[in-house]
Amino acid sequence: MYALRDKYAIAGIGWTDYTKRSGRTVRSLASEACLAAIDDAGLKVSDIDGFVSFNFNDSVPAIAVATEIGVPAARYANDFLSGGNAANMIVLTAAAVIEAGLAETVLCYRAMNGRSGFRLGGGRELAAHGITQFTAPFGWITYPQAMAMWCRRHMIEYGTTAEQLGEIAVTFRANAVANPRAMQRDPITMDDYMASRMIVEPFRMLDICLETDGACAVLVTSTARARDLRRKPVLIAGGAYGGGPDQGEDLFDALRWPDHSHNYAKYIADDLWRSAGMGPADIDVAQIYDCFTYSILMQLEGLGFCREGEGGSFVQGGRIARDGELPLNTHGGLLSEGYIHGLNHVVEAVQQLRGEAGPRQVPGVETCLTTAGAMTCGSAMVLSN
Amino acid sequence: MSYGKPLPVVDPETRPFWEACREGRLMLQRCARCGHTRFPPTSFCPKCRSGEHEWVESRGRGRVFSWIVVRHPVPREVYAMEVPYVVALIELDEGVRMASNIVGIAPESVTAGMPVRVVFRRATPEITLPLFEPEPS
Ligand SMILES: [Zn+2]
Repeated sequence: MYALRDKYAIAGIGWTDYTKRSGRTVRSLASEACLAAIDDAGLKVSDIDGFVSFNFNDSVPAIAVATEIGVPAARYANDFLSGGNAANMIVLTAAAVIEAGLAETVLCYRAMNGRSGFRLGGGRELAAHGITQFTAPFGWITYPQAMAMWCRRHMIEYGTTAEQLGEIAVTFRANAVANPRAMQRDPITMDDYMASRMIVEPFRMLDICLETDGACAVLVTSTARARDLRRKPVLIAGGAYGGGPDQGEDLFDALRWPDHSHNYAKYIADDLWRSAGMGPADIDVAQIYDCFTYSILMQLEGLGFCREGEGGSFVQGGRIARDGELPLNTHGGLLSEGYIHGLNHVVEAVQQLRGEAGPRQVPGVETCLTTAGAMTCGSAMVLSN
Repeated sequence: MSYGKPLPVVDPETRPFWEACREGRLMLQRCARCGHTRFPPTSFCPKCRSGEHEWVESRGRGRVFSWIVVRHPVPREVYAMEVPYVVALIELDEGVRMASNIVGIAPESVTAGMPVRVVFRRATPEITLPLFEPEPS
């Protein structure tokens, strides 16, 4: 269990424009986001001595960023071969690295040309090696196709409906309208959602997140040190990373997963809440990993915001809107802000906790949940101010 | 015409499975020590860690556990003429799950728990894929 409650903090955040075609190298995007986070914290490049990132071979190694921005001595640099499941884990890792004395000031970043370069929503090569020999030959190839299988299972088990998924898409879009960083800022209605093109049943186009060129970064250091810096520190109160049994051989593979109507969240919930000394009722705002509308439901259920199977009714009736009981994805999420693979959820959490989210600010935020991951493995944090 | 869809790259663990498919048999690994049946193939039993196993023939019958209907082809050049098609997770009577296509039925007629049986479709001289069709009532 994460045993460093409130000892480490996020002292700076940075991001680039989120676009469909950056016209830039991924390294350049990563460096811009990292420089912005350093500046936000009121630090100098020479203060940075650690990096943690994650990639699917579509990012740049930490040492490349350290080299471009001229870090004199990168004492720790780690690139996890991971997907969205790692977007909170890298922040927890930064705290662990500092606790171990391996570094003092660690940048966590994610950078990608996710639309104009390597597309996560795209196909794979025709030679199906390893575990994919039991999936790809049947035309089961993309992440939307993978997650649609989970969503259907939830519908079978619990009667979850398209209107309930649509509520998530419409709500997050409304949040993006108030977010200058967001890629999709035109409001949508439930009718728009229902009329959007079927991609892979049960998913329509509007159930599926964006593909984005961009980068963001968060800077982690000790809370004691962060108190002397430019910004009000955002404390890492608790966190957890992991999943259940039979996670399979890669992020796609869930052939042996017990039941696709629940995901990693149920397996990390106890560690998460115990590490933070809090529970779902203590959370003011949540930024929940939304590569697809549906992934919201199983995380709400798994983390105990509602009972298993009740996620669909939980998200209805305005409960997750900005003025609702549990505002979710106040930036618009991966569905409408952009897909920086979940690290952009942490950036938004920091802004909400600092009270600097402008027209999308939820009043009086003291705690914010962030999560990362949708399938067999994931990570989550409780942040506070 | 050459086969344009993804093909399995057979490896030492999976060779017996694909060779049996070519002969029209669906084979599963069963642990020689504890009798646990497993799929996909692995070298060690996850229940008892034994490295000894035997291959046993599945009845080739099961039920639809979950399914999707692919309408947007990815990659387009490969699947443009295939959509809509059904991919399902099938729970075999032997207790393991397998991904495959449901053929011989309109996509909108597939239902949860629907009984299905294996049918073999040759893709190349080397590879035959195990697909599933509705069990005749
Ligand atoms: Zn065994």
